[in-house]
Amino acid sequence: MSEQAHQENHEHHIVSPKVYLAIFGCLMLGTAITVAASYGNFGDFNAIVALAIACIKATLVVLFFMHIRYSSKLMKLTVAAGFFTFLVLITMTLTDYMSRAWGLW
Amino acid sequence: MDSQVLAAQTSDAPHVEHAHPPYLRHHFATIEQQRETSAFGMWLFLLTEIMFFGGMFCAYLIYRNWYYPAFVAGSHQLSIVLGTINTAVLICSSFTMAMGVYSAEKFNRKALVGWLLATIVLGGVFLGIKTVEYREKWEKHHVPGLNYSVAGFTHIDPEHPQEKPLPLDMAQKTQVYFSLYFAMTGMHALHMVIGITILFFLVAKAWGGKYTSGHVAPIEYFGLYWHFVDIVWIFLFPLLYLISRHQ
Repeated sequence: MSEQAHQENHEHHIVSPKVYLAIFGCLMLGTAITVAASYGNFGDFNAIVALAIACIKATLVVLFFMHIRYSSKLMKLTVAAGFFTFLVLITMTLTDYMSRAWGLW
Repeated sequence: MDSQVLAAQTSDAPHVEHAHPPYLRHHFATIEQQRETSAFGMWLFLLTEIMFFGGMFCAYLIYRNWYYPAFVAGSHQLSIVLGTINTAVLICSSFTMAMGVYSAEKFNRKALVGWLLATIVLGGVFLGIKTVEYREKWEKHHVPGLNYSVAGFTHIDPEHPQEKPLPLDMAQKTQVYFSLYFAMTGMHALHMVIGITILFFLVAKAWGGKYTSGHVAPIEYFGLYWHFVDIVWIFLFPLLYLISRHQ
Protein backbone atom coordinates (compact mmCIF):
# COMPACT_ATOMS: atom_id res chain seq x y z
CA MET A 1 0.00 0.00 0.00
CA SER A 2 1.39 3.39 -0.92
CA GLU A 3 2.26 6.01 1.62
CA GLN A 4 -0.27 8.42 0.14
CA ALA A 5 -3.11 5.95 0.43
CA HIS A 6 -2.27 5.45 4.09
CA GLN A 7 -2.10 9.15 4.66
CA GLU A 8 -5.41 9.60 2.88
CA ASN A 9 -7.13 7.05 5.06
CA HIS A 10 -5.61 8.56 8.15
CA GLU A 11 -7.05 11.99 7.44
CA HIS A 12 -10.29 10.76 5.92
CA HIS A 13 -12.85 9.35 8.33
CA ILE A 14 -14.37 6.04 7.25
CA VAL A 15 -17.93 5.76 8.56
CA SER A 16 -18.55 2.30 9.97
CA PRO A 17 -21.37 0.03 8.70
CA LYS A 18 -22.89 0.13 12.19
CA VAL A 19 -23.52 3.87 11.82
CA TYR A 20 -24.99 3.35 8.35
CA LEU A 21 -27.22 0.57 9.69
CA ALA A 22 -28.41 2.72 12.62
CA ILE A 23 -29.23 5.63 10.29
CA PHE A 24 -30.98 3.23 7.90
CA GLY A 25 -33.10 2.00 10.85
CA CYS A 26 -33.95 5.59 11.87
CA LEU A 27 -34.98 6.47 8.30
CA MET A 28 -37.25 3.41 8.07
CA LEU A 29 -38.72 4.23 11.48
CA GLY A 30 -39.27 7.83 10.35
CA THR A 31 -41.11 6.58 7.25
CA ALA A 32 -43.33 4.34 9.39
CA ILE A 33 -44.08 7.21 11.80
CA THR A 34 -44.89 9.68 9.02
CA VAL A 35 -47.27 7.22 7.32
CA ALA A 36 -48.92 6.35 10.66
CA ALA A 37 -49.24 10.07 11.53
CA SER A 38 -50.98 10.74 8.21
CA TYR A 39 -53.83 8.43 9.30
CA GLY A 40 -54.39 10.54 12.43
CA ASN A 41 -56.36 13.75 12.00
CA PHE A 42 -54.44 16.72 13.41
CA GLY A 43 -56.04 19.35 11.18
CA ASP A 44 -53.45 21.85 9.96
CA PHE A 45 -50.78 20.09 11.97
CA ASN A 46 -50.76 17.04 9.66
CA ALA A 47 -48.63 19.00 7.19
CA ILE A 48 -46.37 20.38 9.93
CA VAL A 49 -45.78 16.95 11.49
CA ALA A 50 -45.06 15.40 8.07
CA LEU A 51 -42.61 18.16 7.12
CA ALA A 52 -40.90 18.04 10.53
CA ILE A 53 -40.29 14.29 10.18
CA ALA A 54 -39.08 14.80 6.59
CA CYS A 55 -36.62 17.48 7.81
CA ILE A 56 -35.27 15.15 10.51
CA LYS A 57 -34.83 12.34 7.96
CA ALA A 58 -33.12 14.67 5.48
CA THR A 59 -30.78 15.95 8.21
CA LEU A 60 -29.79 12.37 9.11
CA VAL A 61 -29.03 11.62 5.44
CA VAL A 62 -26.93 14.79 5.04
CA LEU A 63 -25.00 14.32 8.30
CA PHE A 64 -24.23 10.60 8.08
CA PHE A 65 -24.86 9.14 4.59
CA MET A 66 -23.37 12.28 3.01
CA HIS A 67 -20.61 12.48 5.65
CA ILE A 68 -21.10 16.15 6.56
CA ARG A 69 -20.77 15.30 10.25
CA TYR A 70 -17.22 14.08 9.52
CA SER A 71 -16.31 16.83 7.04
CA SER A 72 -14.22 19.97 7.41
CA LYS A 73 -15.63 23.27 8.65
CA LEU A 74 -15.53 24.61 5.09
CA MET A 75 -17.92 21.87 3.94
CA LYS A 76 -20.21 22.32 6.92
CA LEU A 77 -20.37 26.06 6.32
CA THR A 78 -21.00 25.60 2.58
CA VAL A 79 -23.88 23.20 3.11
CA ALA A 80 -25.38 25.27 5.92
CA ALA A 81 -25.12 28.46 3.83
CA GLY A 82 -26.81 26.70 0.89
CA PHE A 83 -29.75 25.49 2.94
CA PHE A 84 -30.03 28.86 4.66
CA THR A 85 -30.18 30.65 1.29
CA PHE A 86 -32.83 28.19 0.16
CA LEU A 87 -34.94 28.91 3.27
CA VAL A 88 -34.56 32.68 2.72
CA LEU A 89 -35.81 32.32 -0.87
CA ILE A 90 -38.82 30.22 0.18
CA THR A 91 -39.68 32.51 3.11
CA MET A 92 -39.42 35.71 1.08
CA THR A 93 -41.53 34.26 -1.75
CA LEU A 94 -44.23 33.06 0.65
CA THR A 95 -44.17 36.37 2.56
CA ASP A 96 -44.80 38.18 -0.69
CA TYR A 97 -47.73 35.94 -1.66
CA MET A 98 -49.25 36.06 1.83
CA SER A 99 -49.12 39.86 2.01
CA ARG A 100 -50.89 40.34 -1.34
CA ALA A 101 -54.60 39.48 -1.24
CA TRP A 102 -54.06 36.08 0.37
CA GLY A 103 -57.40 34.27 0.26
CA LEU A 104 -59.06 36.82 -2.06
CA TRP A 105 -58.38 35.21 -5.45
CA MET B 1 4.60 -0.30 -2.78
CA ASP B 2 7.65 1.96 -3.19
CA SER B 3 7.97 5.07 -5.31
CA GLN B 4 9.53 3.27 -8.31
CA VAL B 5 6.57 0.95 -8.63
CA LEU B 6 4.23 3.90 -8.40
CA ALA B 7 6.15 5.73 -11.08
CA ALA B 8 6.06 2.65 -13.29
CA GLN B 9 2.27 2.58 -13.08
CA THR B 10 2.02 5.84 -14.95
CA SER B 11 2.87 6.16 -18.58
CA ASP B 12 3.86 9.79 -18.99
CA ALA B 13 7.26 11.08 -18.04
CA PRO B 14 6.50 13.85 -15.50
CA HIS B 15 5.27 11.31 -12.99
CA VAL B 16 8.76 9.86 -12.65
CA GLU B 17 9.93 13.17 -11.17
CA HIS B 18 7.60 13.05 -8.19
CA ALA B 19 5.99 9.80 -7.29
CA HIS B 20 2.33 9.98 -6.37
CA PRO B 21 -0.82 7.97 -7.01
CA PRO B 22 -1.90 8.26 -10.66
CA TYR B 23 -5.26 9.69 -9.62
CA LEU B 24 -3.72 12.76 -7.94
CA ARG B 25 -4.02 15.59 -10.47
CA HIS B 26 -0.99 17.80 -10.97
CA HIS B 27 -2.73 21.01 -9.93
CA PHE B 28 -3.38 19.65 -6.43
CA ALA B 29 -0.65 19.51 -3.80
CA THR B 30 -2.09 16.60 -1.83
CA ILE B 31 -4.79 13.96 -2.04
CA GLU B 32 -6.54 15.68 0.84
CA GLN B 33 -6.67 18.97 -1.06
CA GLN B 34 -8.00 17.20 -4.15
CA ARG B 35 -10.64 15.43 -2.08
CA GLU B 36 -11.77 18.64 -0.40
CA THR B 37 -11.96 20.50 -3.71
CA SER B 38 -14.05 17.77 -5.38
CA ALA B 39 -16.39 17.53 -2.40
CA PHE B 40 -16.82 21.31 -2.46
CA GLY B 41 -17.63 21.30 -6.18
CA MET B 42 -20.04 18.38 -5.83
CA TRP B 43 -21.87 20.10 -2.98
CA LEU B 44 -22.17 23.35 -4.95
CA PHE B 45 -23.77 21.34 -7.77
CA LEU B 46 -26.15 19.65 -5.31
CA LEU B 47 -27.09 23.05 -3.83
CA THR B 48 -28.09 24.29 -7.30
CA GLU B 49 -30.20 21.13 -7.57
CA ILE B 50 -31.84 21.96 -4.24
CA MET B 51 -32.72 25.42 -5.59
CA PHE B 52 -34.12 23.80 -8.74
CA PHE B 53 -36.38 21.36 -6.88
CA GLY B 54 -37.08 24.06 -4.28
CA GLY B 55 -38.74 26.21 -6.94
CA MET B 56 -41.19 23.40 -7.67
CA PHE B 57 -41.78 22.76 -3.95
CA CYS B 58 -42.54 26.47 -3.50
CA ALA B 59 -44.99 26.43 -6.43
CA TYR B 60 -46.66 23.37 -4.92
CA LEU B 61 -46.98 25.09 -1.52
CA ILE B 62 -48.58 28.22 -2.99
CA TYR B 63 -50.97 26.44 -5.38
CA ARG B 64 -51.99 23.99 -2.67
CA ASN B 65 -53.13 26.95 -0.57
CA TRP B 66 -54.88 28.62 -3.50
CA TYR B 67 -56.74 25.58 -4.85
CA TYR B 68 -56.91 23.64 -1.62
CA PRO B 69 -60.01 21.42 -2.33
CA ALA B 70 -58.62 20.49 -5.77
CA PHE B 71 -55.24 19.53 -4.28
CA VAL B 72 -56.92 17.44 -1.58
CA ALA B 73 -59.06 15.62 -4.15
CA GLY B 74 -56.04 15.07 -6.41
CA SER B 75 -53.91 13.78 -3.56
CA HIS B 76 -56.60 11.22 -2.65
CA GLN B 77 -56.05 9.60 -6.06
CA LEU B 78 -52.52 8.51 -5.11
CA SER B 79 -51.80 5.14 -3.53
CA ILE B 80 -50.23 5.50 -0.07
CA VAL B 81 -49.22 1.82 -0.18
CA LEU B 82 -47.20 2.21 -3.39
CA GLY B 83 -45.74 5.50 -2.15
CA THR B 84 -44.65 3.93 1.14
CA ILE B 85 -43.09 0.91 -0.60
CA ASN B 86 -41.21 3.25 -2.93
CA THR B 87 -39.95 5.33 0.00
CA ALA B 88 -38.65 2.18 1.70
CA VAL B 89 -37.05 0.98 -1.56
CA LEU B 90 -35.28 4.32 -2.01
CA ILE B 91 -34.01 4.39 1.59
CA CYS B 92 -32.68 0.84 1.10
CA SER B 93 -30.91 1.98 -2.07
CA SER B 94 -29.32 4.87 -0.14
CA PHE B 95 -28.10 2.34 2.42
CA THR B 96 -26.62 0.03 -0.25
CA MET B 97 -24.92 3.07 -1.82
CA ALA B 98 -23.44 4.09 1.55
CA MET B 99 -22.17 0.51 2.00
CA GLY B 100 -20.67 0.75 -1.50
CA VAL B 101 -18.65 3.79 -0.40
CA TYR B 102 -17.54 1.86 2.69
CA SER B 103 -16.47 -1.15 0.57
CA ALA B 104 -14.46 1.11 -1.73
CA GLU B 105 -12.73 2.70 1.25
CA LYS B 106 -11.87 -0.78 2.55
CA PHE B 107 -10.48 -1.77 -0.89
CA ASN B 108 -13.04 -4.59 -1.17
CA ARG B 109 -13.67 -4.88 -4.91
CA LYS B 110 -16.30 -7.63 -4.88
CA ALA B 111 -18.32 -6.03 -2.08
CA LEU B 112 -18.23 -2.69 -3.93
CA VAL B 113 -19.53 -4.25 -7.15
CA GLY B 114 -22.20 -6.12 -5.17
CA TRP B 115 -23.45 -3.04 -3.32
CA LEU B 116 -23.48 -0.97 -6.53
CA LEU B 117 -25.48 -3.69 -8.30
CA ALA B 118 -27.92 -3.80 -5.36
CA THR B 119 -28.31 -0.02 -5.73
CA ILE B 120 -29.08 -0.44 -9.45
CA VAL B 121 -31.69 -3.13 -8.70
CA LEU B 122 -33.39 -1.04 -5.99
CA GLY B 123 -33.36 2.03 -8.26
CA GLY B 124 -34.96 -0.12 -10.97
CA VAL B 125 -37.64 -1.35 -8.55
CA PHE B 126 -38.43 2.27 -7.64
CA LEU B 127 -38.82 3.25 -11.30
CA GLY B 128 -40.90 0.12 -11.95
CA ILE B 129 -43.37 1.01 -9.19
CA LYS B 130 -43.41 4.61 -10.44
CA THR B 131 -44.33 3.27 -13.90
CA VAL B 132 -47.25 1.32 -12.41
CA GLU B 133 -48.45 4.54 -10.77
CA TYR B 134 -48.07 6.59 -13.97
CA ARG B 135 -49.94 3.91 -15.91
CA GLU B 136 -52.84 4.12 -13.45
CA LYS B 137 -52.91 7.92 -13.88
CA TRP B 138 -53.16 7.44 -17.64
CA GLU B 139 -55.99 4.91 -17.31
CA LYS B 140 -57.90 7.23 -14.95
CA HIS B 141 -57.44 10.17 -17.38
CA HIS B 142 -55.34 12.12 -14.88
CA VAL B 143 -52.55 13.24 -17.20
CA PRO B 144 -52.91 17.01 -17.82
CA GLY B 145 -52.49 18.12 -21.41
CA LEU B 146 -52.54 14.62 -22.88
CA ASN B 147 -55.38 12.65 -21.33
CA TYR B 148 -57.45 14.52 -18.77
CA SER B 149 -61.03 14.31 -17.57
CA VAL B 150 -62.51 16.13 -14.57
CA ALA B 151 -65.49 13.73 -14.52
CA GLY B 152 -64.03 11.80 -11.61
CA PHE B 153 -63.95 14.98 -9.50
CA THR B 154 -67.34 16.50 -10.40
CA HIS B 155 -69.35 13.33 -9.72
CA ILE B 156 -69.36 10.92 -6.80
CA ASP B 157 -66.87 8.19 -7.59
CA PRO B 158 -68.32 4.70 -6.80
CA GLU B 159 -64.84 3.61 -5.64
CA HIS B 160 -64.56 6.57 -3.24
CA PRO B 161 -68.16 7.24 -2.10
CA GLN B 162 -67.02 9.40 0.83
CA GLU B 163 -65.39 11.94 -1.54
CA LYS B 164 -67.44 15.11 -1.97
CA PRO B 165 -67.78 16.18 -5.63
CA LEU B 166 -66.13 19.49 -6.54
CA PRO B 167 -67.73 22.39 -8.44
CA LEU B 168 -66.58 22.39 -12.06
CA ASP B 169 -64.21 25.38 -11.78
CA MET B 170 -62.42 23.84 -8.76
CA ALA B 171 -62.42 20.39 -10.39
CA GLN B 172 -60.54 21.94 -13.33
CA LYS B 173 -57.83 22.98 -10.87
CA THR B 174 -57.01 19.36 -10.12
CA GLN B 175 -55.00 19.69 -13.33
CA VAL B 176 -52.67 22.04 -11.47
CA TYR B 177 -52.13 19.34 -8.84
CA PHE B 178 -51.41 16.64 -11.40
CA SER B 179 -49.19 18.97 -13.46
CA LEU B 180 -47.06 19.58 -10.37
CA TYR B 181 -47.23 15.87 -9.49
CA PHE B 182 -45.85 14.89 -12.89
CA ALA B 183 -43.32 17.73 -12.96
CA MET B 184 -41.90 16.88 -9.51
CA THR B 185 -41.99 13.08 -9.64
CA GLY B 186 -40.96 13.19 -13.31
CA MET B 187 -37.87 15.33 -12.62
CA HIS B 188 -37.10 13.08 -9.67
CA ALA B 189 -37.46 9.97 -11.87
CA LEU B 190 -35.21 11.58 -14.51
CA HIS B 191 -32.54 12.05 -11.83
CA MET B 192 -32.95 8.36 -10.93
CA VAL B 193 -32.55 7.32 -14.60
CA ILE B 194 -29.39 9.44 -14.92
CA GLY B 195 -28.11 8.01 -11.63
CA ILE B 196 -28.71 4.40 -12.71
CA THR B 197 -26.98 5.07 -16.05
CA ILE B 198 -23.91 6.43 -14.24
CA LEU B 199 -24.05 3.43 -11.86
CA PHE B 200 -23.65 1.00 -14.80
CA PHE B 201 -20.42 2.78 -15.80
CA LEU B 202 -19.23 2.78 -12.18
CA VAL B 203 -19.92 -0.96 -11.85
CA ALA B 204 -17.94 -1.70 -15.02
CA LYS B 205 -14.94 0.29 -13.78
CA ALA B 206 -15.29 -0.99 -10.21
CA TRP B 207 -15.16 -4.55 -11.59
CA GLY B 208 -11.78 -3.67 -13.10
CA GLY B 209 -10.60 -2.54 -9.66
CA LYS B 210 -10.39 1.16 -10.49
CA TYR B 211 -11.92 2.39 -7.21
CA THR B 212 -10.49 -0.12 -4.75
CA SER B 213 -6.87 0.98 -4.75
CA GLY B 214 -7.31 4.30 -2.96
CA HIS B 215 -9.21 6.24 -5.62
CA VAL B 216 -12.56 6.31 -3.77
CA ALA B 217 -13.63 9.80 -4.87
CA PRO B 218 -15.90 8.95 -7.87
CA ILE B 219 -17.86 6.43 -5.77
CA GLU B 220 -18.10 8.85 -2.87
CA TYR B 221 -19.31 11.79 -4.98
CA PHE B 222 -21.76 9.68 -6.91
CA GLY B 223 -23.02 8.57 -3.48
CA LEU B 224 -23.65 12.23 -2.60
CA TYR B 225 -25.78 12.59 -5.75
CA TRP B 226 -27.72 9.40 -5.00
CA HIS B 227 -28.43 10.46 -1.40
CA PHE B 228 -29.56 13.86 -2.67
CA VAL B 229 -32.12 12.15 -4.93
CA ASP B 230 -33.26 10.22 -1.84
CA ILE B 231 -33.70 13.50 0.10
CA VAL B 232 -35.88 14.96 -2.67
CA TRP B 233 -38.15 11.92 -2.41
CA ILE B 234 -38.22 12.19 1.42
CA PHE B 235 -39.97 15.55 0.90
CA LEU B 236 -42.03 14.61 -2.17
CA PHE B 237 -43.64 11.61 -0.48
CA PRO B 238 -45.36 13.40 2.45
CA LEU B 239 -46.24 16.50 0.39
CA LEU B 240 -47.84 14.65 -2.52
CA TYR B 241 -49.23 11.53 -0.84
CA LEU B 242 -49.77 12.09 2.86
CA ILE B 243 -50.63 15.57 4.12
CA SER B 244 -54.08 15.83 2.51
CA ARG B 245 -55.35 12.52 3.84
CA HIS B 246 -57.96 13.96 6.22
CA GLN B 247 -59.01 17.18 4.57
